[in-house]
Amino acid sequence: MLNLRFEGEGFTPPGTKDFNLPSLIEGNPYFTKPILQLFLAVILISVFFILASRKAAVVPSKLQFAGESIYGFVRKGLGEDIIGHEFMRFVPFLFTLFTFILVNNIFGIVPLIQFPSMSHVSFPYVLAIFTYGVFHWIGIKKQGFFKYMKGIMFLPGVPKWSYVLLTPLEIATYFVIRPLTLSLRLFANMFAGHLLLLVFILGGEHMLMSDAIGLKIVSIFGFSLGIVMTFFEFMVQCLQAYIFTLLTALYIAGALADEH
Amino acid sequence: MSGTLNLVGYGLSAIGPAIATGLIFAAYINGVARQPEARSVLQPLAFLGFALAEALALFGLVLAFIL
Repeated sequence: MLNLRFEGEGFTPPGTKDFNLPSLIEGNPYFTKPILQLFLAVILISVFFILASRKAAVVPSKLQFAGESIYGFVRKGLGEDIIGHEFMRFVPFLFTLFTFILVNNIFGIVPLIQFPSMSHVSFPYVLAIFTYGVFHWIGIKKQGFFKYMKGIMFLPGVPKWSYVLLTPLEIATYFVIRPLTLSLRLFANMFAGHLLLLVFILGGEHMLMSDAIGLKIVSIFGFSLGIVMTFFEFMVQCLQAYIFTLLTALYIAGALADEH
Repeated sequence: MSGTLNLVGYGLSAIGPAIATGLIFAAYINGVARQPEARSVLQPLAFLGFALAEALALFGLVLAFIL
């Protein structure tokens, strides 16, 4: 009775094709759902923080408290603790990154939207390019081009012969691996998370719609795991926004420090 | 059955980062349990280590799809 051979019954497992959404406007192939979500995220974040900071009072309202705790989290936990005494210059950048990534990630589990924009690799690439530009620019401006490059290429306090190995590794780390991992980490997490939810929900739906009564019963497990995974995804989405901003702050702190 | 061996390979390659992540958080919990006031120092370090270990697993995931 329990026929679990999916491929014989026309169930196609979700894959990369589920991420290629059609255009929303006739004639313009670029205006897709993720693009709309980016605009929506900007509007939502702006409206929320303008409302939260408009009537700032000593005894904060609930809204002001919510806005201030998010800001305080980024400023204290990611700015002051990691970058150090020059942190105030970078708080707007870190705060923008954190809230923008957070809202775009959480779109993945918001009902009716349910698509994380960052599961398209182009958006994390752009964000990583910003971070890449900022931390190299800071380092070059602070230490001068040659001193900065020397700091990257020749680690102080290691035996001379090991530069043969270390210098190529350090150059690759700073100029290739860092921006690549930063963007791919965010992308792959969102991609895998969305795929995971699709597997459980679409699999559950397929089992519920099948003829076998056994499969209909088993579909309960599919749906309940889908719900559990939604909560898990919420955690991952917040964590990834935090990690992206944390790494940005660490790279900036590294560029600001005199000794690498 | 149909499909590619890529995904089996990815499953195998995910064992390493999984163990790494477990070790990192075990050490973090241990540290905080022994010295609770060190939490704010240890937390970014733990998440940095976690992010670096996890990057390997995610490279595997991307490669499993594009190869």
